[in-house]
Amino acid sequence: MVWYPSDGLRGCIVKEYFLPLFRSLLDSLRDLLPILLVIAFFQLVILRQPIPNLGELLYGTALVVVGLTLFVQGLEMGLFPLGEGMAYAFARKGSLVWLLAFAFALGFGTTVAEPALIAVADEAAEVAALGGAIDDTPESREDYADGLRLTVALSVGIAIVIGVLRIIRGWPIQYLIIGGYLGVVVMTAFAPEEIIGIAYDSGGVTTSTITVPLVTALGVGLASSIRGRNPMTDGFGLIAFASLTPMIFVMGYGMLIG
Amino acid sequence: MNLNFLHALAGTLIDVLPIAVIIFGFQVFVIRRPIANLRRVLLGFVYVLLGLALFLDGLEIALFPLGKLMAEQLTDPGFLYGAMRPAADALLNWQDYLYVYLFAAAIGFSTTVAEPSLLAVAIKAREVSGGAIGIWGLRIAVAIGVGVGIALGAFRIVTGTPLHYYIIAGYVLVLLQTLFAPKNIIALAYDSGGVTTSTVTVPLVAALGLGLASTVPGRSPLLDGFGLIAFASLFPMMSVMGYAQISHWRARRQQDRIHEPPED
Repeated sequence: MVWYPSDGLRGCIVKEYFLPLFRSLLDSLRDLLPILLVIAFFQLVILRQPIPNLGELLYGTALVVVGLTLFVQGLEMGLFPLGEGMAYAFARKGSLVWLLAFAFALGFGTTVAEPALIAVADEAAEVAALGGAIDDTPESREDYADGLRLTVALSVGIAIVIGVLRIIRGWPIQYLIIGGYLGVVVMTAFAPEEIIGIAYDSGGVTTSTITVPLVTALGVGLASSIRGRNPMTDGFGLIAFASLTPMIFVMGYGMLIG
Repeated sequence: MNLNFLHALAGTLIDVLPIAVIIFGFQVFVIRRPIANLRRVLLGFVYVLLGLALFLDGLEIALFPLGKLMAEQLTDPGFLYGAMRPAADALLNWQDYLYVYLFAAAIGFSTTVAEPSLLAVAIKAREVSGGAIGIWGLRIAVAIGVGVGIALGAFRIVTGTPLHYYIIAGYVLVLLQTLFAPKNIIALAYDSGGVTTSTVTVPLVAALGLGLASTVPGRSPLLDGFGLIAFASLFPMMSVMGYAQISHWRARRQQDRIHEPPED
């Protein structure tokens, strides 16, 4: 038995509060280390240039580390319990219609204002204008981009609804996903060529950092509150639908407008 | 605090606002029950907001400018042609972009390890699987998938082959793996495709794609710059199912070894 002189009230505070905090800061730093190594290696060894603004680099890295630590704390305290709590509450209430309405609202609402999607939609409008699919005026471009954004948001809303239905009914995910892939392949054959790259990318950009934990907790919570469902096999998969349907819908949009 | 931080904070606030409105709306009008531990949940929301804003601000200060600059420099004709051969032979072979593939793989891998939404899913997966799926195991598996995917995507931009051939071939592979992978990993593997590409990965990878498409002769940044994200969302599915297959296989072999000596 080793006796630490710092044990006592102060030692307790250190152990209970600062040590975990320090450890999670270290964890965040470790998460970031690969990027720093990659950048240092390519800058110094391949490009053979000094690292500019070393001070800024260190300051920014410190901000990223603190931010990541806070984010993980907030996940465990806020987003996870909230998503699971909503899932339990809906399961207790037993109203499928309201649950599906919530699923749709969550998918649609979080996607329509997503900054990454706005950027992709603007680029898509530029491609469409260059390709001659729409008039090359600011107004028609904006109409096109807005329409695309609504289309993607609608498709994510529908995706979460299908995903929630799947969890409730216990459908195996692979049939739905493979069906979706077939949809993507068929649409690819008919969609105008310039929309294909954007459509494929739009699947990946729709799910933001705040949506993902919330939707994951919702799915896992639902699967654990319904008898006969396994949270591991049935709880995940909502994000997969949300990244699949936008591809199909965006190609459909390109075919309708083009 | 500086202006950038406020900008990032405003951005995340706009991100959170619709979610907050939907959740509290449903909570008040449909569920009609108070949220358990409301104070703690709200504090958690504040942590998430502040954390993400700091995270984005820090990336904007430290990593994005340098990463984007490097993506531009590595795809710059001066670097590529100067290092390889006289400029007269302007059409480079795909092999001459070796450093670009290497950079693509390394940046894809390392940004994925730092991706907050993947971390969130990994924490949940460990919790649900009772520790069978480790946080690091899942993240490394996904990161390897993204690294391979982005490198292959860079190769596609250089060679100019159509995107959908790769994607459709990838789908066939995913389908085949689904037949053989352990059942309980499938949904998680499909999910890991969508979560990998967000705050950290997208800006750096987009810079790489645009730089590459504007350097390689015959490519247009507008038409060929896209598609890297699609690769980054496809390959993690394969690597996660592969990871599950390998750990499943190893666990089974270990079990066999335990049962091997005849007991009497």
